[in-house]
Amino acid sequence: MQRYTEEQSNIMIQYEKFTLSNGLKVIHHPDITTPMVAMSILYDVGAKDEDEKQTGFAHLFEHLMFGGSVNIDDYDEPLQNAGGENNAYTTNDLTNYYLQLPKENIETAFWLESDRMLNLAFSEKSLDVQRKVVCEEFKEHYINKPYGDVWQYLRELCYKVHPYKWQTIGKELKHVEDAQLQDVKHFFAKHYNPSNAIMCIAGNITKEKVVELCDKYFAPIPAGEKYLRNLPTESAQTEARKLVIERDVPVNALYKAYHMGSRLSNGYHAADLITEILSGGESSRLHVELVKEQKLFSQIDCYHLGSIEPGLLVIDGKVSANVSMQEADDAIEKIIEQFIAIGITELELKKAINKTESLISFEDLSLLNRANNLSYYELLGDAEMMNSEMGKYATVSAEQVHIEAKRIFRKENGNTMWYVSKGV
Amino acid sequence: MSINRKIAPPILNATDFTFQLADITQAQLANGMPFYYLNAGAQEVVNIELVFDAGTWQQHKPGVAQAAASLLKNGTTKKTALEINELIEFYGANLKCGASNDFANVNISCMSKHLHHLLPLLFELLTESIFPEHELEIYKQTTIQRMQVSLKKSDFVANRKIDEYLFGYHHPYGFYNNISDIQAIETKDLREYILQYYSFDNCKIFLSGKFNDGIIKDVETIFGSSKWNDSDAIIRNEFTVTPAEQKKYRITNDKNGVQGSVRMSMPFIKKAHPDFAPMIIVNTLFGGYFGSRLMSNIREDKGYTYGIYSYLYNNKHEGAFGISTEAGKDVCEATVQEIYKEIEILKTEPVDTEELQLVKNYILGGLVGDLDGPFQIMQRWKNLLLFGFDKSRFDSNIEIYKTITPAQIQELANRYFIADNFYELVVV
Repeated sequence: MQRYTEEQSNIMIQYEKFTLSNGLKVIHHPDITTPMVAMSILYDVGAKDEDEKQTGFAHLFEHLMFGGSVNIDDYDEPLQNAGGENNAYTTNDLTNYYLQLPKENIETAFWLESDRMLNLAFSEKSLDVQRKVVCEEFKEHYINKPYGDVWQYLRELCYKVHPYKWQTIGKELKHVEDAQLQDVKHFFAKHYNPSNAIMCIAGNITKEKVVELCDKYFAPIPAGEKYLRNLPTESAQTEARKLVIERDVPVNALYKAYHMGSRLSNGYHAADLITEILSGGESSRLHVELVKEQKLFSQIDCYHLGSIEPGLLVIDGKVSANVSMQEADDAIEKIIEQFIAIGITELELKKAINKTESLISFEDLSLLNRANNLSYYELLGDAEMMNSEMGKYATVSAEQVHIEAKRIFRKENGNTMWYVSKGV
Repeated sequence: MSINRKIAPPILNATDFTFQLADITQAQLANGMPFYYLNAGAQEVVNIELVFDAGTWQQHKPGVAQAAASLLKNGTTKKTALEINELIEFYGANLKCGASNDFANVNISCMSKHLHHLLPLLFELLTESIFPEHELEIYKQTTIQRMQVSLKKSDFVANRKIDEYLFGYHHPYGFYNNISDIQAIETKDLREYILQYYSFDNCKIFLSGKFNDGIIKDVETIFGSSKWNDSDAIIRNEFTVTPAEQKKYRITNDKNGVQGSVRMSMPFIKKAHPDFAPMIIVNTLFGGYFGSRLMSNIREDKGYTYGIYSYLYNNKHEGAFGISTEAGKDVCEATVQEIYKEIEILKTEPVDTEELQLVKNYILGGLVGDLDGPFQIMQRWKNLLLFGFDKSRFDSNIEIYKTITPAQIQELANRYFIADNFYELVVV
């Protein structure tokens, strides 16, 4: 009985792919058990494609995509009227627009999304309002909030040439405030082309219907010029870096960021498991040692940024009252040294893999997640990663985790930031 | 194929859909505990939730309900906190324990194949937790540090204060913990609280996802065959609200703040009131979704904020209606004035039928997705059952959403949206 259920736990996600003559890649994932259809349109443009003098632009642009398109005054209203919901997000790597609605009204989604891929309305009023809205978003999350500026400094410490050195919200408010309509038009022409996009349609809809609606709405969109990305490469870090900043916060915080491989590098899955072993839950190493045993931190996490190009693995903690920054820093270093010296146990590995399996299974419950992930994996190179990723995690060995840890946690690969409370 | 892109494709109005809340099994364990389950779904995942009438409403000492929930997995007579967490995490499970105003919840999500390993542990947590002194000490330090950080945030301060004005500091819905309250918690408070309120006769079990009959048997045996945590009869607390006399407040929390947290709230009807369901439509139209009046005006037209929402409080004993936004420091007062303007428009002008149809389609269209999958269906049922409703409530709500008219909306707005009833707060 047990054996039977074990084998049943990985359900293959079925899908088909095709490409329109204008270059738009389409993925169809049928699921007739749901009354809904979800759509993800992922544009291969993120904050990394911005000019350093005009940061925050990809994200501002995402807002403008809701300000009306060439033939349709308002995006949200017709979608809501069709019983749909939508949103979008911008990362350093990509911009994804997603929606879901009852299957009966799917044509509305094709109509809306194809029109804004065709062309935007570009109004001064919309730009003016969204500049203000984004500035308020900037203030809400990055200024008017304790520790809100951490990532601005940490990114600049870790990246010297690669555009990952700025956040998607932008380097400063002024870049957003200065955005002009001409820049917006230029950005659209450069990045929002069918050949630069991937679309996934998931849910209760047949392949025939998807093909028919693609032909009707997306196929007539001109291909545009393919954008070729050419980003500066970050050279390997050769010396440990450290930054100390003082802020009006009640609690000292400590950050240690290490360069890791790209999303498609061989070590990725092992690196992901390292974060799980170090801080995934209350039986993880950092939590047990530093919060429960030594009581040096009130909170400690380890994660990576999930970027496509070479990324960062970060340890991030709030230091307990009356503990010096040096003492806290040394304690983390010691745990890392142990990790490098001894590696991990089979039990730790099994636990991290089980947790990952559970995480993936719960994530795949949602139709919208499946649509977004299929688009994302296709962007990485192959939608089939949707079905093969779990296998990659399951076959990582304790030895591989150990090797990856030794590679990542080299002293000269580390960036430490002490974020110190004024007056402590 | 040439198409006229200016013409929207035809849609089916969600008001023409039929909505059916799938049935669940409503059983009773041998000891009398209500046990609700739904075996459905394609994926091999499962969720079990135990809900106790043990929110802050029942606590006799500040902070105890939340601390007891948080520390439930931090040591039993047989296992240390580390051993417990190792076990849960080994099975890739997610255990969440928490207390809100009215209820305490203990919830496990995991792959179906692992649940039978975890049910005995769950029972052990409920019946043999010892709340070790050193675990409580760590909890206190962590909680106090978090609170110190939160107190720097205008939104955190605003959320506490607005509820205090509405209900009074001595009412559970208006109360908030201070650092001294956290410091005063003792392990015996937690043990007593669990023994008194986390008991078989104060609990409902909700199980959903894909599982085999063996799991139902396990639940019956483990949770249903004894009178666990049996103690004195539970006395339900009673409180009366003592709202603040003053209605308008401006607080400076951070002299360098660049945004203000704007909150406006007023006392409102409870869920059982016949006007509650139609007011869900009024609220959605006014400030409950991205296309709402408040969002369209204050974000999409004026650009004062990243987002603004209104909502009906989800409390069992007292109702309230609120509006919340973070706005630029210089435009907070203008935001407050715009909110009053929108209230006035809702009261004086009937909503046009197109806008109302849009709101109905949005709510009902979303509901199609919300009823998709075992967890979502059980969530609906839980919200009905915990508030004493049955399926007829779901059906009658749908009918109201489908048929409410502009005249009814205007009438409701006039009945409930009285400008003078609002507490008004801006924290910078």
